[in-house]
Amino acid sequence: MPREIVTGNHAAGLALSMAGEANRFARGTAAGIYPITPQTEIVERVAAFPFSKGRVVPVESEHSAMGVTIGASLSGARAFTASSSNGLAYMVENIMVAGFYRLPVVMVAVNRTLGPPWNIWADQGDTLMLRDFPWIQLYAQDNQQVADLTLLAFRLAEDPRVLLPVLVCMDAFIVSHTQMETELPTQEQVDRYLPPLDLPHRMRSDDPKTLGGLVWPDATVSLRKEIHEAFDRVPMVFEECRQEFRDVFGRSPAGAVEAYHTKNAETVLVATATIATTALEVVRSRRAAGERVGLLILRMLRPFPIDQLLEACASASRIGVLDRDYAAGIGGVWAHEIRAALQGTRDDLLVQGYLTGIGGGDVTAERIDEVLVDLGQRELPGPPVWVGLEDPAPVPAAPPPKAPLVPPVPSGVEATP
Amino acid sequence: MSTTELPVNGSAPRRDMPGEIPPLSCEPLLRPGNTNCGGCGMSIGLTWLGRALEDLEQKAHLAIPACCGAVTAGAFPTTSYAMPTVATTFAAAPAVASGLASIRDLNGSEEQVICWAGDGGTYDIGFATLSAAAERNENILYICYDNEIYGNTGGQRSSATPPGARTTTTPHGKSESKKDVMSIMAAHGIPYAATLSVGHPEDFRQKLHTALTTSGMRFLLMHSPCPTGWKSEPAESVQLVRLAVRSGLFPLFEVFGGQRYRINAEPDWADPTEYFRRQRRFRPEEVDLGTTRRWARERFQRLKVLAEAFPA
Ligand SMILES: Cc1ncc(C[n+]2csc(CCOP(=O)(O)OP(=O)(O)O)c2C)c(N)n1
Ligand code: SF4
Ligand SMILES: [Mg+2]
Repeated sequence: MPREIVTGNHAAGLALSMAGEANRFARGTAAGIYPITPQTEIVERVAAFPFSKGRVVPVESEHSAMGVTIGASLSGARAFTASSSNGLAYMVENIMVAGFYRLPVVMVAVNRTLGPPWNIWADQGDTLMLRDFPWIQLYAQDNQQVADLTLLAFRLAEDPRVLLPVLVCMDAFIVSHTQMETELPTQEQVDRYLPPLDLPHRMRSDDPKTLGGLVWPDATVSLRKEIHEAFDRVPMVFEECRQEFRDVFGRSPAGAVEAYHTKNAETVLVATATIATTALEVVRSRRAAGERVGLLILRMLRPFPIDQLLEACASASRIGVLDRDYAAGIGGVWAHEIRAALQGTRDDLLVQGYLTGIGGGDVTAERIDEVLVDLGQRELPGPPVWVGLEDPAPVPAAPPPKAPLVPPVPSGVEATP
Repeated sequence: MSTTELPVNGSAPRRDMPGEIPPLSCEPLLRPGNTNCGGCGMSIGLTWLGRALEDLEQKAHLAIPACCGAVTAGAFPTTSYAMPTVATTFAAAPAVASGLASIRDLNGSEEQVICWAGDGGTYDIGFATLSAAAERNENILYICYDNEIYGNTGGQRSSATPPGARTTTTPHGKSESKKDVMSIMAAHGIPYAATLSVGHPEDFRQKLHTALTTSGMRFLLMHSPCPTGWKSEPAESVQLVRLAVRSGLFPLFEVFGGQRYRINAEPDWADPTEYFRRQRRFRPEEVDLGTTRRWARERFQRLKVLAEAFPA
């Protein structure tokens, strides 16, 4: 397996293209593509790939990029695309369709701040906005994980027990534009890992089905429940896909969840993507100093890995969740998810949310130290903590009271109803 | 109901005598039990589309955006469409069709990929998608059944709604003109663009045949009577659209490669008064007949100049 120094985008573009190429002995491959910083290099690489049986369609919008991808998938092709931030927001309607049509498409998303005001730096608010759609969501920490999880995503999505689209996410610039030594697959390996796709419900001339006509509530309930049951099977199938990955590529791809030093930890930090990499350094040095601190890295948002979360927090009394995203009026999405997952089972756990690196700010070891100091001092959980915000915005003054429209009733006089 | 006769058979040259219609040997594209209103232009258009496909021994996959045509199918697990059909989002039909057609072509299959879309999905929300598919010259057939209104949502204006027409969002009559989508589509230089009227069956058939035997992007604009939206009598649907052709309101023509023009029916400039009177979406006092007729003549004149200078 060649080792090369590549960017995260390069790794993603290559993995997507090679996965598509691997379907050349079946119905081929297609991608609808549209550029947006910092994802553009991915679609440029896809556009330049010499497919034996594939077509890349450079469309006029993200909505259509997913539209083409849906059409190609409905025709039985291995179909994929990539996007980011406002591109994902523009695509939303068709993202939903790919899920509801149970199409095994793969999309790589580079997590970028939603605008305006325009900000191209890392923030997971864009993909977390999609959390309630029928898409499996994976979050990579580095370039190697981008390459591996992208390939794995196709295998997972296309498994007949799953048939759900998969989103593979990476941090803007920190991964997308940063070069790292990465083990890249050979086409022969990808061919072995991804067998020809035979989509059971593809459109066929000899089978005049109508997809997506009207449904009554009872049929809608059944369809939703089927999606739920498919999600229930994902953790098991994901582990099988990892095992098969080891067999073909000779090394282990990242898991859905990874726990470090959580065995007897009193305090557990929860982090995703590149923040997790920095958090691991902090936790390691604290452990070396004898502190009972652990780290849980989450790489799967949907389905939410509740069992592994409970296991990792078994000995803990407090956990701090590092969110690089902000849900208006709520705080961090991951913290919210974790609170919901623990409720009723671990009500004794103190769960505190920390908003770190929103809009792409650096999350340094010092910042994570601050989080641990705050967490250690807490008796009760509080509202989300805006880590590193030096000057809180002044609270706008309340408007002056308006003169009452109706003069107040003088005391002692009964108001008529 | 007025007792005035609609001028049915005018002197417009007829290319529309169907002769003997042989029975269909296959299942009709549009099965009985569909949800179309009585007198809906879609029912005729889809039937003739099915027949043209049968004549040419072709199969098709349909991509239908949100519109009455998506509802036509009826409710799961039954469907009125006898061909593989996918419902797309409102703006996405040409994009989804591009994906379907790409994989069809990669696999050397022959089936047509056909978008069947309303004027809302064509002139309005799906316009960027359609324009992009035309610019890429995707190998798809796009048919817009233009009922000049958002039928599915209960009758709101679209940019295809003609001036003066009352809709629920133009309660005092639309003050803007109808978008000239044919000129815009022709300006993309696509291989074939043509208008269709369900009042002219033979012309309709010939143009479907041309479209189905041309490759690349093909655009057909069908004037589609809609008794529910037009507030007209279902039984008069066909006569109404015929009168629209005769009076020059809806010219029948073809554009090849965006360059060469052919006019298919010469209007006899019949008085369109009844066209407006028989549709209660119009108030006779609000339709400026003089301006309308002048506009229709000028537009036809322009088409004629093009057809003479650049004949097909
Ligand atoms: C994104 C989106 N916006 C709005 C709608 C609601 N909607 C469904 S059909 C329709 C109007 C369709 O009009 P047209 O394309 O002319 O077809 P018709 O109903 O007249 O057959 C609208 C507004 C929708 N389905 N999707
Ligand atoms: S509302 Fe109009 S277009 Fe829709 S089915 Fe009825 S007649 Fe046809
Ligand atoms: Mg309409």
